[in-house]
Amino acid sequence: MKLPKITFWRVVFVGVLALGAFSAYLRFFRGLGASTNLSDQFPWGIWIGFDALCGIMLTAGGFTLMGAVHVFNIKEWRAIARPALVTAFLGYLLEAFALMFDLGKPWNIWHPLIMWNPHSVMFLVGWCVMLYLGIMALEFAPVIFERFRLEKPLRILKIVSTPVVITGVVVAVIHQSALGSLYLIVPGKLHPLWYTPLLPVLFFVSAVAAGLAMTVFESTTSARHFNHALERPLLLSIGRVLLITLIVYGILRVHDLFHTGSYRYALTLGYEANMFWVEMALTVIAPIALLLVPKVRNNPFSLYIVSIITVLGFVVNRLNVAVTGMEAASGVRYVPKWSEVSVTMMMVAFGIFWFAVAVKYLPIFTHEHERPAAAPELVKAA
Amino acid sequence: MPSAILYDATLCIDCKQCEQACATQNKNPYTDDIGKEQRTSDHKFTYVHDTYGNEKFMRKLCMNCLDPTCVSVCPVGALVKHKEGPVSYNADACMGCRYCMVACPFGVPKYEWTKTIPRVRKCIMCPDRVLAGKQTACAEACPTGSTLFGDREALIAEARKRIAAEPGKYVPVIYGLNEVGGTSVLILSSVPVETFGYPPSLKYGEKPLPPLTADVLEHVPQVVTVGWAVLGGIWWITNRRDIVKESEKP
Repeated sequence: MKLPKITFWRVVFVGVLALGAFSAYLRFFRGLGASTNLSDQFPWGIWIGFDALCGIMLTAGGFTLMGAVHVFNIKEWRAIARPALVTAFLGYLLEAFALMFDLGKPWNIWHPLIMWNPHSVMFLVGWCVMLYLGIMALEFAPVIFERFRLEKPLRILKIVSTPVVITGVVVAVIHQSALGSLYLIVPGKLHPLWYTPLLPVLFFVSAVAAGLAMTVFESTTSARHFNHALERPLLLSIGRVLLITLIVYGILRVHDLFHTGSYRYALTLGYEANMFWVEMALTVIAPIALLLVPKVRNNPFSLYIVSIITVLGFVVNRLNVAVTGMEAASGVRYVPKWSEVSVTMMMVAFGIFWFAVAVKYLPIFTHEHERPAAAPELVKAA
Repeated sequence: MPSAILYDATLCIDCKQCEQACATQNKNPYTDDIGKEQRTSDHKFTYVHDTYGNEKFMRKLCMNCLDPTCVSVCPVGALVKHKEGPVSYNADACMGCRYCMVACPFGVPKYEWTKTIPRVRKCIMCPDRVLAGKQTACAEACPTGSTLFGDREALIAEARKRIAAEPGKYVPVIYGLNEVGGTSVLILSSVPVETFGYPPSLKYGEKPLPPLTADVLEHVPQVVTVGWAVLGGIWWITNRRDIVKESEKP
């Protein structure tokens, strides 16, 4: 048996996993109090703010690309739909896994199935996660079937593929906006720079932008790593759509700030205002300004940089809603404990690891017509 | 018959009998040290605020809202509002998402952070007693009549009478009458309740909070049907184009 090569990133990966395992021990055997800086004043931390809100946001490329390719029939985006779907599927699986850490009694996670409260946004969120996971399993199954050349189930899935994709888009859109709706119930707690009745719409539009940026980012990264070449026209057209989405988001966000009068809070110096401007710089000002320059927009490398800025920006946005904006009213300053950060890092590490595994062993960046005539044996490939 | 608790802070002598009775009722520990704790927590559902001196006291407990935010946000319906008044909690149903803690406008629900099988903890207005026609443990224990239990309408009338009889003594509001749509705990005080950390009446206004999300959730069936129809239509058109193109090939 050949031993795996020791590289810098593999050492980091093992380190993150080891620390994560210890944090998991703290969480499940010592409780949330010992493993987090959460408190009665601040009951939701980065496991909600990052793992859930950012995690799900970054999967939005999945429904966007699946919808674009299979409903809108944009053929030039085909090559990138599968990587986006894999990201979404992995993202949701990891989010379900991360929830096990955050929920006080994770073994009751299935309760929304039988104990209904349709007035609760959390109930809707729970159902969306479960439904969309099932739908994505159906969308993802052809990848597995192609890999093992199982023609018959492949044909069956092809028949139902359109309604499945449409249902997936609808459920995902509802889920993305529902994550924003979660905060509609805290008008007195969430800072006015982020509290607005428009939260569900802003969460949806920003998810599309962040999802597209994430797709550009990871496709470019893995294309380099695995020596696939991404087609230039594909990237450039995604860049154009990203620009349009960001402009729509920017208009909605800024118009809403003036409509609600909350822009006043951005004009004073302070913790919230500073974080707001960091967010606006990274989500609206910088990426739109850069993408408006044709030279930047039409160059795969600069587009890659812009996609990183956009992803970071919307991560800041989600953390502002979940953490920054909730601190003042709570009366406490929340800084995540090392074990909270470690669990989150473990989720990210898992995400990267499983994405790399999927790209390596499954027909993700290739198409049906390109697949090998005979399926290679898994053992040999591994 | 919707019942309520009327707490008249001007009659309170800080004897902490309510704290003790509450601990006994809810099987919480109670010691001298716990008696000194000036906050509600996973083991203390009510306390008498006495840090302001001048013999001004104030009880803190769950307001048991008429249209409770916690009940509306709970994904599994673990929190239930009874028509008699109490907002009770079913730990077996709870999955520990803590949305109730995030959402409660009064910051009432507390969590057992140190336990590996944690529960949400709060004053539940003694449902086993109230539903059996008895008064809450705190009201029963109160030696001065500062905490009264009874029919909500009757208690409101009583509170109005007290304010009218001694206008200089009270802040002329019954806190809880209309706050977030009204609560099952009503408070009379000679100093504004905000002094003791209650949210000002104007902060949330007189409308209940649950419609803020319920009104949005009502649109979900619409989004599903319209979304399906629009996306289905688009698919049909784009797919048809391909079919037509295919058939026009020589």
